[in-house]
Amino acid sequence: MSRPEELQGFSASSGYGRLVRPFTLTGGRTQPVRNVFSLITLITAVEVSDGPDNRSLQPEHHRILRLCPRPIAVAEIAAHLDIPVSVTTIMLSDLLDAGRISARPPIQAYSGQSHKGQSYNGPEIALLQKVRDGLARL
Amino acid sequence: MHASDTAPDAVKILISGGFGVGKTTMVSSISEIAPLRTEETLTEASAGVDDLTGVEKKATTTVALDFGRITLTPDLVLYLFGTPGQQRFWFMWNDLAQGALGGVVMVDTRRLESSFAAIDFFEQRGIPFVVGANSFDGRQFYSAEQIRSALSLGPGIHVTIFDARDRSSCRDILLTLVEHVIATITASA
Ligand SMILES: Nc1nc2c(ncn2[C@@H]2O[C@H](COP(=O)(O)OP(=O)(O)OP(=O)(O)O)[C@@H](O)[C@H]2O)c(=O)[nH]1
Ligand SMILES: [Mg+2]
Repeated sequence: MSRPEELQGFSASSGYGRLVRPFTLTGGRTQPVRNVFSLITLITAVEVSDGPDNRSLQPEHHRILRLCPRPIAVAEIAAHLDIPVSVTTIMLSDLLDAGRISARPPIQAYSGQSHKGQSYNGPEIALLQKVRDGLARL
Repeated sequence: MHASDTAPDAVKILISGGFGVGKTTMVSSISEIAPLRTEETLTEASAGVDDLTGVEKKATTTVALDFGRITLTPDLVLYLFGTPGQQRFWFMWNDLAQGALGGVVMVDTRRLESSFAAIDFFEQRGIPFVVGANSFDGRQFYSAEQIRSALSLGPGIHVTIFDARDRSSCRDILLTLVEHVIATITASA
């Protein structure tokens, strides 16, 4: 599994050991490779049939994979793992690079002006109508 | 990567307002899961430069947000994010604001000012919002019109009196928000 020095942040103190752990978990990176991981990007584990190479994966990566047999949002993964969203997204980048997850970022098709003239970058109208109809059925 | 073809669409609505105004209560009332809590580390580029080192100081702060989920259809999931009451951090919430469908700003009419910053947040970012006045004493002593005028809201902003503990009341205010967003986009198209 992981080398001992990679684990040193885990036992850190109260809370999350924030100062140490992000660094050790992510090999010193503080930014994800891609910016596809918004709070509500849906993550799904990819089935790998022929014995995958797990050597580069840490225990936390495996915990993530166990959380997402079905699509689950980045924020939910972070909450279940009890680690900050920013750290979670870096680990998700590793898994994406390794082909172990797929990520579906939210659609942000509508980019227009709101009533006060500022730009509004929300979902497209067809999606909004589906949200409305879904809420009305609740 | 085939799984992304079958993953649902996800949208989010922000539930905000001042400290103790009922945000978590609303998320709990309507979420299909017990509200979850996560933390995000935010880095604020400080205005000041350290005199001794000449290096710009950066303040790092950790904010908690709680959220819930509503599966609207098998291929559409709505997430509700209760944004932190500490107003001084809101301007750092870029990821939270990005792509949000809109927001519900909750107000407590006994202390309206505690929700001013939340209203500013949505106005400044151009994110559509509705205002929900929670009725803490079981009844509301002010009319929606009085609340609108006390908050200096334009006539286009919906003000609804509701109860965050009641699921259908929460559903109705979300519906009001989504209808408002659709109407706004349709009108500007
Ligand atoms: N009477 C009444 N009480 C409410 C209502 N909504 C919330 N409360 C109560 O108000 C208190 C605060 O509610 P919370 O949901 O924790 O408020 P919050 O906005 O999440 O608070 P912070 O996250 O601390 O800012 C709780 O004791 C709730 O039970 C309401 O509609 N009516
Ligand atoms: Mg709360």
